[in-house]
Amino acid sequence: MTATLDGAKTQGAEVREISLAQAVNRALRDAMTADEKVVVFGEDVGVLGGVFRVTDGLTRDFGENRCFDTPLAEAGIMGTAIGMAMYGFRPVVEMQFDAFSYPAFEQIASHLAKMRNRTRGRLPLPVVVRVPYGGGIGGVEHHSDSSEGYFVSTPGLHVVTPATVSDAYTLLRAAIESDDPVIFMEPKRLYWSKDQLTTSGPEIGKAAVRRQGTDATLIAYGPTVQTALEAAEAGAAEGYDLEVVDLRSLVPFDDETVTASVRKTGRAVVIHEAVGFGGTGAEIAARVSERCFHWLEAPVRRVTGFDIPYPPPKLERHHLPSVDRILDAVASLQWEDR
Amino acid sequence: MTVLATPDKTGSGFPLGFDAILDPSPLQYLDEHGALSGALRDDAPELDPKELLATWRAMVIGRRFDVQATTMVRQGRLAVYPSSFGQEACEIGAILALRPTDWFFPTYRDCVSMVTRGIDPVETLTLLRGDWHCGYDPQHWRTAPQCTPLATQAPHATGVALAAKLAGDATVALAFCGDGGTSEGDFHEALNFAAVYQAPAIFFVQNNQYAISVPLAKQTHAAALAHKAVGYGMAGVRVDGNDVIAVRRAVSEAAERARAGQGPTLIEAVTYRMQAHTNADDATRYRDESEVEYWKARDPLARLETYLKASGLLTEDVVAEANQAAEELAADMRTRLGEEPEVDHRDMFAHVYAEPTPQLLEQAAALQAEIDAESEAGR
Repeated sequence: MTATLDGAKTQGAEVREISLAQAVNRALRDAMTADEKVVVFGEDVGVLGGVFRVTDGLTRDFGENRCFDTPLAEAGIMGTAIGMAMYGFRPVVEMQFDAFSYPAFEQIASHLAKMRNRTRGRLPLPVVVRVPYGGGIGGVEHHSDSSEGYFVSTPGLHVVTPATVSDAYTLLRAAIESDDPVIFMEPKRLYWSKDQLTTSGPEIGKAAVRRQGTDATLIAYGPTVQTALEAAEAGAAEGYDLEVVDLRSLVPFDDETVTASVRKTGRAVVIHEAVGFGGTGAEIAARVSERCFHWLEAPVRRVTGFDIPYPPPKLERHHLPSVDRILDAVASLQWEDR
Repeated sequence: MTVLATPDKTGSGFPLGFDAILDPSPLQYLDEHGALSGALRDDAPELDPKELLATWRAMVIGRRFDVQATTMVRQGRLAVYPSSFGQEACEIGAILALRPTDWFFPTYRDCVSMVTRGIDPVETLTLLRGDWHCGYDPQHWRTAPQCTPLATQAPHATGVALAAKLAGDATVALAFCGDGGTSEGDFHEALNFAAVYQAPAIFFVQNNQYAISVPLAKQTHAAALAHKAVGYGMAGVRVDGNDVIAVRRAVSEAAERARAGQGPTLIEAVTYRMQAHTNADDATRYRDESEVEYWKARDPLARLETYLKASGLLTEDVVAEANQAAEELAADMRTRLGEEPEVDHRDMFAHVYAEPTPQLLEQAAALQAEIDAESEAGR
């Protein structure tokens, strides 16, 4: 079995950088080592190690009773996980690709999210649903959706999405330890991004200010955090001092960090890949408006994907929020002194 | 040890054999005239007098519960009650074949099973009365909340069964569903998973001939629902669902196979829904009275009673005791369901997450302020 992260660290092995996908793998390993009730299953997660190799080596190292392949049926995966959690296990299941989670949606909405509530807290379901999501990897249809909106508007689910290597590790460990179901949205185009790993991190529900600034707040999560940071760098050259907030957790939502940032800057742009209409950004813009109205110098703007089914790969660059589109939104924030 | 083994397709996983599965005539031990039929020996455990009397007593009480609940929905004491009158052989025979440590996954129509399991009638009816979504402790009773979507609880039974197998426990999980539920995707995914993992699960279909108004012929083109077992490589049994001896035996054998590591079983119990789907339904629009009369002559309780009387087991004392227990249960239901239920508005926010989110705390506080203001204003 691979040494746990903490063990490796004492050997001074953690100076090297690892990818976000490897950080998720490390979190799964460490959680499985810490608690024998943690089981991992889904399509191709066993011998193959997942189509993104996120579960690489888990079956080899923990045995096929702890990490196993399932028949190709997402509702079956989800429903089986619910039953196993009812019996005291802590399943971590993979939905392979965002749009593949739709067949499981009835299980998620009708049972996973509601079992605690239906039973007055007597039947908690500590299940983690890993959903690799978002575009930018040249995938064909049904492989690039941003489906967080469906989960966010389903009470009973926690919805988290890391944007850094360390957050991928710490948030997944927290998700597995949570007694509530957690939808763990993995930005698949960041799977190969690398960084050093820190194993202590925030509890679920805390946003992070990734870049300090005074002129406007860019509110992003998951795959768009990187784009927002790039936009902030480019914006600096144009004279904008932009702050970047990485939400990390969509449910619960960190009103405190977001509100403090927007009250400081007086301007806000929300950025996500999912469609804008009825999307998570609409909720965030509404919350910011309610809490920061007297501090706002301009309406809250959104930069999102278009209200279309995810386009074919040759067109996705037009659909995804870009540095230019973010800076155009920033420029539109009614600057009287510019 | 690899628990998740590939099923042995030539071994004892199919004790009935495919010929038995494909025979669409239901297994029967007690015919509609209350006479023993089939191949039961006189000393078969199913014919143990004590067990037969206990089964009959549970059926008397179960039917009284059902009739009382139906009355109470007419009185407006329950929001809705889907009756299982006439399905007592399934409701009770299946439950009595389980151990208390086995898990049970009921649907909204299975209140009689839950009462037979020992759950308090008021807690059983909490969902249908409308004070909360589930009134009992599922962990204590090893009974999942009653499921209102169709067949979505079947994969949960697979999950519990798989977990029990991995944990090395002798627990079996039994899920009920109706004939309509067998058309749902979740039903098929549950059976397939259970078969692949050889999980100790029992899928018990109460084929009561109608999914609200849609008859079985429009639900499936298969000659028998039990045939669906063949495609999944699992044991399949078709039983007379109005013969409690056959039902009890089929479930006992399925549980035995499951505990022996021989995998899941699909049981189709052929029965009939004597009442309408619920009080909101008008069954005369889609079925003939003659059909109802046909099934009335096959009533599961009367059938067992005839047999027990002919065998001399049903003495006046036994009948009097059972009737009194049934009347006491009904009186208790009238009293306690007649009271206005206590509901706590704080429960709405208390059980969404282990710790309420800041957003929920805000909403709970706002509602509390509203209620306080109303009460101060004397409303």
